Amino acid sequence: MDRKLLLEHIGVEGIHTHDVYRKNGGYKAVEKALKSMSPDDVVEEVKKSGLRGRGGAGFPTGMKWSFIAKPEGVPRHLLCNADESEPGTFKDRYLMEKIPHLLIEGMILSSYALGCNQSYIYIRGEYMFVLQILEKAIAEAYANGWLGKNIKGSGFDLDLAVSTGAGAYICGEETALIESLEGKRGNPRIKPPFPAVKGLWDRPTVVNNVETIAAVVPIVNDGGGAYAQIGLGRSTGTKLISASGNVNNPGVYEITLGLSVEEFIYSDQYLGGIKNGKKLKACVPGGSSVPILPHYLVCKTATGEDRLMTYESLSEGGFATGSMLGSGGFIVYDEDQCIVRNTWNFTRFYHHESCGQCSPCREGTGWMEKVLHRLEYGHGKMEDIDLLWDIQRKIEGNTICPLGDAAAWPVAAAIRHFREEFEWHVKEPKLCMTKNYGLVTEKTFETVNG
Amino acid sequence: MSETNPKFTVTIDGQSVQVDPGTTILNAARMIGGDVPPPAMCYYSSLKGSGGKCRTCLVEVSKGSEKDPRPMPKLVASCSTTVMDGMEVKNKSSEKVIDARAGVVEMLLINHPLDCPVCDQAGECHLQDLAYEHGKSNTRYEFERRTFDKVDIGEYIKLHMTRCILCYRCVYVANQLTEQREHGVLKRGDAAEIGTYIEKSLKNEFIGNVIDVCPVGALTDKTFRFRSRVWYTKPMDAHRECKCCSGKAVVWMIGDEIARVTARKDQYGEVKEFICNECRFEKKGKADWTIEGPRHIDRSSVISANHYEVDAPEHTPLLNKA
Repeated sequence: MDRKLLLEHIGVEGIHTHDVYRKNGGYKAVEKALKSMSPDDVVEEVKKSGLRGRGGAGFPTGMKWSFIAKPEGVPRHLLCNADESEPGTFKDRYLMEKIPHLLIEGMILSSYALGCNQSYIYIRGEYMFVLQILEKAIAEAYANGWLGKNIKGSGFDLDLAVSTGAGAYICGEETALIESLEGKRGNPRIKPPFPAVKGLWDRPTVVNNVETIAAVVPIVNDGGGAYAQIGLGRSTGTKLISASGNVNNPGVYEITLGLSVEEFIYSDQYLGGIKNGKKLKACVPGGSSVPILPHYLVCKTATGEDRLMTYESLSEGGFATGSMLGSGGFIVYDEDQCIVRNTWNFTRFYHHESCGQCSPCREGTGWMEKVLHRLEYGHGKMEDIDLLWDIQRKIEGNTICPLGDAAAWPVAAAIRHFREEFEWHVKEPKLCMTKNYGLVTEKTFETVNG
Repeated sequence: MSETNPKFTVTIDGQSVQVDPGTTILNAARMIGGDVPPPAMCYYSSLKGSGGKCRTCLVEVSKGSEKDPRPMPKLVASCSTTVMDGMEVKNKSSEKVIDARAGVVEMLLINHPLDCPVCDQAGECHLQDLAYEHGKSNTRYEFERRTFDKVDIGEYIKLHMTRCILCYRCVYVANQLTEQREHGVLKRGDAAEIGTYIEKSLKNEFIGNVIDVCPVGALTDKTFRFRSRVWYTKPMDAHRECKCCSGKAVVWMIGDEIARVTARKDQYGEVKEFICNECRFEKKGKADWTIEGPRHIDRSSVISANHYEVDAPEHTPLLNKA
């Protein structure tokens, strides 16, 4: 049985209210930190915990915090990135909707650690109902003295505000988020300078994901060392996974990192296997931007080891035979799904969400979408597959922000592993409109390449 | 080299130069000159915040610095990456760079109308130059090209949005040069466009400069529109007394008539002294200007081939054309 650190009390009636949350051990971490810990102690515990960013990149949080510049007399800001828009990812929404005070408690602890007196939660515009829940919870926190001036007599002031986006995936990129929060067009900034030096209103800023900030609560409660005991190797603690697709029990799960992928998909405790007794065809383990894995690389790595739910194991083999844990948007495909259609759908998303600032992403995403549409609807040519490969190659790594990479990776992985399915769409233009290709043949490690 | 002001040594395509800390790779390359500087479609040295967008100036950093010699994992935008001491950069000597740049040029061209035969910018268009140096003769793009609804932005400036490459230079000009910016980028992705949102005309005193900073034919001079191909006009340095600006300009003449007025551009196509609308649009009489002599045009495909001038100073040849 997994240890639940974030979702432990999720089933408790009324846990979204302050009083019930408090009764179930809520705000104990804030009391502890404000009474007996210095801000540096909190940073030290987070470093010790080995917590890594839960938004996708997996960068060690403690290290990120220690990069923040601390010039004399300049306010610093903590921003919570709740602009969860990656297709397949819905864990932050669940957390904020069900147990909003956990995020608020995490925000207080993190702001205290970083020395921020004004922090923001930037939430995507589509989560309007979550915004209402959060605002209510924040009002409760103010009323109970957890926010505002001189919190619980500690001398620490913190104001927390929620700001909404207007419906743009790109505003989940930290510098675009900052631009948007400043009231500007959500274009990512050119880095350097990094937000840790010049962020919101040119002040030192840290941007963290909802789940990362929430995880600070158990770290302060139990200590960083105890948190580091959970998990496997450098993937410490628990992770929220939002599972969707052709599985029996889709939903949000809190798993201990190190669980095997096979157990996660097939155990009744988790996803309960593929729906309708079908076969597994493919899996996207970390949100739409990470490489898709064909059925034979989901539960085992290319070297035959068990694939585990850790940052390391999921990226085992690099992009040739691995993928990424990403944001934890776990999408499962059964044998009846069409990879070409899926890739087209993802690319359509990135085309729609590109900010249009830099040329390769602005033009390339649309181009890929058109070519994939043509392939999916039986009008493709054999050269289109190589063309797609070439377009994605020219986008990847050549853009201002990672959206270009996020658009290129799924296309690259689909062609790498499912080339025969693409070719079949060209060879059987009529059949591909009525039937699906089914499973692709297993390739050995050497032949798996572009 | 004094101790109080240490200089950084940077090597680009095998040529070394000493520059002040904080200099970008692109500007260091421009100090070396020759054919070392990477092309730039969006960077404009006098506009704060410009650069980083077009990705044509991507270069490979094969050695990070003397202290940390590791190469940078990705190609970097040379206009927005500052040099480190001992940095080694590959521009034209890197196959990766040439390949990526060709990719960027292809991306810039897939939705460009390629209406050069009827475009006023033809002959002094940076996208034309870039396509000539890096582009292919055919396209792999087989879909309908993006078009936009025509927007009227006033009596002097013609906005031809389909030609735009979204370099944002005109937005920065309006932000930094005029009293109030009246236009900006609307929408996103490949639907992003330059516009005023509610149709109105741009009428700030210095707004005419958006024409000069535009690297393509998206913003052109209505008073010159379709009057002549630029290579049939004679560029002459000229000046006049002006209350608003320096009054230093280039007048482009057809015979004895002044067909259009622009600011003076350097070899990278950048204006150093912006001129006001009055000089640009309203002073078209020969009596308005004191003509200094033929203008040397350093960089541009067709107009630099003019033979009006005598004793041309040494200039930078384009690639493929020694």
